[in-house]
Amino acid sequence: MSTHHISVTINGTPYEGDVEARILLVHWICDTLRLTGTHIGCDTTSCGACTILVDGKATKSCTMFAVQANGRQIMTVEGLEQGDKLHPLQEGFHEEHALQCGYCTPGMMMTSLALLRRNPNPTEHEIRVGISGNLCRCTGYVNIVKAVQYAAEKMQAAEQVPVGAEGGE
Amino acid sequence: MFPVTFDYLEARNLDEAIALLEQHGGDAKILAGGQSLIPLMRFRIAGPTILIDINRIDSLEYIQETDGTLHIGALTREAELDNSALIRNRYPILLDTSSMVADPIVRNWATVGGNIAHADPANDHPATMLALGARIVARGPAGERVLSIDEFFTDAPFETALAPNEVLTEIRIPAPVERSGGAYFKLERKVGDYAIAGAAAYIVLDAGGNVSYAGIGLTNLAQVPIKARNAEQSLLGKPLDDAAIHAAADLAAAATQPTSDTRGPADYKRAMARTLTVRALRKALARATGGE
Repeated sequence: MSTHHISVTINGTPYEGDVEARILLVHWICDTLRLTGTHIGCDTTSCGACTILVDGKATKSCTMFAVQANGRQIMTVEGLEQGDKLHPLQEGFHEEHALQCGYCTPGMMMTSLALLRRNPNPTEHEIRVGISGNLCRCTGYVNIVKAVQYAAEKMQAAEQVPVGAEGGE
Repeated sequence: MFPVTFDYLEARNLDEAIALLEQHGGDAKILAGGQSLIPLMRFRIAGPTILIDINRIDSLEYIQETDGTLHIGALTREAELDNSALIRNRYPILLDTSSMVADPIVRNWATVGGNIAHADPANDHPATMLALGARIVARGPAGERVLSIDEFFTDAPFETALAPNEVLTEIRIPAPVERSGGAYFKLERKVGDYAIAGAAAYIVLDAGGNVSYAGIGLTNLAQVPIKARNAEQSLLGKPLDDAAIHAAADLAAAATQPTSDTRGPADYKRAMARTLTVRALRKALARATGGE
């Protein structure tokens, strides 16, 4: 049984610690670091509730060992909000009523973020394929698709604002 | 659920991975994308005592066509096949396949080499590689050897011809020639599930329109990936008309040994093998004749 010292940057903050080799990344994030926004759903690599970004790639954090994340950049749902300002995806999920129980929501938003970074203006079909590794048992997905479309529009509009024209912040 | 305890070792390059395998032999497993291995370890179906992580060996991630051969590095992620213009334009059968592997998040880490080396009859690439007549490059302490895909798989599930101290490093696929085409069809209950049944077909026509090469592979229809040899043979030297397609599909279905389970009874799966083989051959023909 090996133990490893790892250093990982999560949402811009450096974390380090000793982990047993068999500790899954999701357990280290939730149980050790107490970043509890990432959810453990199925434990079978099916549901996507534990999805985070690892070096920008949407990743089921129940299917990676914590030791494998050493030196990597991670983003979890806690990294979406900037100051008091909700991310367009969070706003979209709120405005479009894209959640009921909310359990799948962190994973849905992180998968959607990776999708929108790669494809800022996805079709409905592309959104549905994009989130096909995330299961929601409440909504029937209709409002989740609308929320991602909301975020896509908002993020694109923000892109078009000339630098410095936003003021504030 | 937690896997049983193990030692984790990270290989920084291929030589190091082989040296570690040589040192630890049968106790060690290569950890590539981990999208099959880690779930198996969580369920404690697999319990290797040593894992050799090869995820940071970037030199094993590439897709390139040179000298009439497509070379795919074993660590190439499924998502890279999904997003490759070369694959989309020249090897649509590979895009058919990669886009049906698990789900898009899993495909960010899942590797082509792992999908093959795991030798799960339910995995999608084995059938496609059998249809394409792929070759597998294995590297061990004594150097490199190249195996044909049908000698790579054995008669036992989850077993390959790789020696305990060898790493699968590359998959080689013949580049498309004139009048060639292939397709993969998978029937699944939902995104992310294994196939109820799957069929891959790859054909080459001669100048007269007769079949000069036929490859047919089947997914999750026996204990091991199936190469439907009788079906392939039946197509050679003839035009690929509907009668030939149906006769080959009957032979492909006859080569299956499905078991009844939650994905359906054996008879249903055998019927689906026939239907999917028909569809794969028709689409392969359409692609070979510029119909798509």
